[in-house]
Amino acid sequence: MPLKRIAALAALALALTACTGNTPQNSGGGNQGGVKVANDEPGKKVVIGFSAPAADHGWMAAITNAAKAEAGKYSDVELRVVEGTNDVNLQISQVETFINDKVDAIVLLPFDGAALTPVALKAMKAGITVINVDRQFDSPFAARSTVLGDNHGMGVSAGNYICERLKGKTDAVVAEIAGIDSLPLTQDRSKGFAEALASCGLKVGNRVAAEFTVESGEKAAANLLQAARKIDAIWNHDDDQGVGVTAAIKNSGRNEFFMVGGAGSANVMREIKADNGPHKATVIYPSTQGADGIRLARLAVQGKSLGDLVEVEVPREVQLYAPVVTKDNVDRYLPTAFES
Amino acid sequence: MSEDTAAVAAQKRERSPAVRQSGASGLLGSAAGRNAGLVVALVLLCIGGVVTAGDRFADVDNLLTILRLAAVIGVVSVGMTFVITGGGIDLSVGAIVALSSVWATTLATQGIANNTHWIVIVFTALVVGGACGLVNGVLIAYGRVVAFIATLASLAAARGLAEIISNRKTQIVNVPGFAAFFDASVLGVPVLVVIFALVAAGGWVLLNRTTFGRRTFAVGGNPEAARLAGIDVRRHTVWLYTLLGLCCGLAAVMLVARTTTGSATHGGLYELDAIAAVVIGGTLLTGGRGTIAGTVFGVLIFTTLSNVFTLNNLSISAQAVAKGAIIVVAVLLQQRLARRT
Repeated sequence: MPLKRIAALAALALALTACTGNTPQNSGGGNQGGVKVANDEPGKKVVIGFSAPAADHGWMAAITNAAKAEAGKYSDVELRVVEGTNDVNLQISQVETFINDKVDAIVLLPFDGAALTPVALKAMKAGITVINVDRQFDSPFAARSTVLGDNHGMGVSAGNYICERLKGKTDAVVAEIAGIDSLPLTQDRSKGFAEALASCGLKVGNRVAAEFTVESGEKAAANLLQAARKIDAIWNHDDDQGVGVTAAIKNSGRNEFFMVGGAGSANVMREIKADNGPHKATVIYPSTQGADGIRLARLAVQGKSLGDLVEVEVPREVQLYAPVVTKDNVDRYLPTAFES
Repeated sequence: MSEDTAAVAAQKRERSPAVRQSGASGLLGSAAGRNAGLVVALVLLCIGGVVTAGDRFADVDNLLTILRLAAVIGVVSVGMTFVITGGGIDLSVGAIVALSSVWATTLATQGIANNTHWIVIVFTALVVGGACGLVNGVLIAYGRVVAFIATLASLAAARGLAEIISNRKTQIVNVPGFAAFFDASVLGVPVLVVIFALVAAGGWVLLNRTTFGRRTFAVGGNPEAARLAGIDVRRHTVWLYTLLGLCCGLAAVMLVARTTTGSATHGGLYELDAIAAVVIGGTLLTGGRGTIAGTVFGVLIFTTLSNVFTLNNLSISAQAVAKGAIIVVAVLLQQRLARRT
C-alpha cells in the first residue's frame, strides 16, 4: 500500500509541474501535457491492436515508434503491433485478425482511408473501439474517435508565412513540392496553401509532386529547378522528401529563394536553428498522432474522460494544430520532432 | 477440320514427353510427390502457427481471414500459372488490377450500374483486364517483343492510365447490391473464397483435361516443335495472356468488393507475389511444366506465413526475409526432386 501511495504522490507531483508551465515536456511518466492524474492510474486491462502503412519514411516510422513508446508507459495496456504495409488487401486482413482476436480497441492509420472503411465498420459492429488516425474513413460510423492533423491548416500556415516574408512583392514566384497527389491529405494541403497565398495576391507558379521519399523528393525538385529559372519561395509538403529536395537544391547551386518545410523533422529544425540551409521555417504535422490514438483508445475502453475537458466521454474528433516553426521558437518543438 | 486432326495427332506425338513432365496423367504419382514438399511446408507453417498462437491460429474465423487474403492474389496466380507454363512471363498484372479497379469504379460506370445492374462493374473490369491481356499477347506473339519488355511497358502504361482516369483519387463504390453480393457467404464460406476455389478448379480442368491445356504445355516446352506439330503458337500465346488479363479483371472486382474502392495504388507488387507463388508451386519459369495445385499451395503458404507473423507481432521486414528463404528452399528442393525422377 505505501508503495502505491508513493507512486500516486509522485504522479501528482509530476502533474503539478506539468501544469506550472506551458513548455511541453518530452520525458517522464504518462501524464505529460496536463492530463488528470486519475486517468493515468492503472485500470481495466486494455488490449489494443495497432496497424499503419509501411514505415518507408521517417514520419511514418515515428508514428509507430511513438505509439509503442506511449503504450509502454501504461501497465494496463497490451499493444499488438502489426508492422506496416502499403497493400490494402493485407492491411484489411490484419484488422480482421484483430477482430478474430477480440481485442478491446484498434488504432488504425489506414494506407487508404476509404479502402479500410468496410473492415473498420465490421470491427465497430463487433463492439471494438476503433480509433482512426490521420487518414480519415469515409463513414462516420467506422470509428469511435478520430485523431487528425490539420492538413488544410498546414497549407494555410505555410502560405501565411510566405506572404509575411514576401510582403509587398506581388510578382514573386512561389513554388510547391507536394506529396503523394492521390491522397486527400495532399489535396487539402495544396488547397489551404493556395487560399492563403491568394489572400496576399500571390499564387502557386510551379507545382510538382513527390512521394514522401527522399528519392522522389530529389527527382521532383530537380525537375522544378529546371522548369523555373527564378523562384522566391518554395513550400515543400514533407520534410522526409525534403532531404532529397535539399540535395537537389545544393546540386543546382541556387540560393535566390527560401524554403518552408512540412511535417517538422528534427534535421530540418536543426537546420532552421543553425540557419545554414534553404529552410527558414517548417510547418508541423504531429508524428505523435498514433501515440494520441493509443491514449484515446485506452481512455475510451476504460470509460474515462479526456482530462482537462468537462465532457464526460472521449471526444469524437481531435484535430491537432499546425504551427509554424522558425528560428525564434524552434527550441520549443525540437524535442518532439521526428528523425527522418 | 483437317488442320484440327493434324494438330491433335501432332499433340499425341508431342504429348508424351510434355505430359510426363507435367505430371498430368500420373497425377497421383509424381505430382503428389512434388506437391508433398509444399504440403509439408504448409503443415510446418500451421504447426508453427498453432504452437506460437494456439487457439488464435486454429480458429475458423482465422482460417477464413487467411483464405480471404489469399483469394485476390490467388486468382491472379492461377492465371499467371498458364502464362508461365506457356513459356511467358507477365510483369503487368498488378498494374492491370489497378487499371481495371479504376475503370470499373468511375462515376460513369457506377452511373450505368445504378441505372441497370451492378454486374456492369464486374463486366467492365473483366473487359478492361481482358483487353490489357490481349494487347500484351498481341505485342508478344505478333509484334515479337520479348515478354519481359512488353509487359514491363504495360506495367508502366496501365498504372499511368489508371492514375489519369482516377485523377489519382480513390474512387468509392456506391452501388447497392454489389457490396452485398460479394460480402455474403455461401454455407459459411465467403463469396470471395468461393470465387477463388472456382477459378482454381476451372484452371485445373483447363490445364490438365483439355486440348487448350495440352497445347499450353507443348507451346511452353518447345514452341518450335509445337509449331511444327501444327499448333498456332502465336494465337495460343495471345489466348494465354488474355486469360491472365481476365483473371486480373476478376481480381480487381474482388479487391473493389473488399475495399469498396477503386484506386491506382491497388495491386502494388502483385506481379512479384504471383510469380513467387507460381514458382514455389513447382511451375518451371522456362515453361513446359506447370501445376495449378502447386500454385494454390504456393499462395496459401505465403498468406499463412503473413498471418502467423501478424499473430505473433513480428515485423514485415522479417517476413520478407522468411519469404525469400522459402522461395530459395522450394526451388532447391524442386531441382533435387526433378533430378531424382
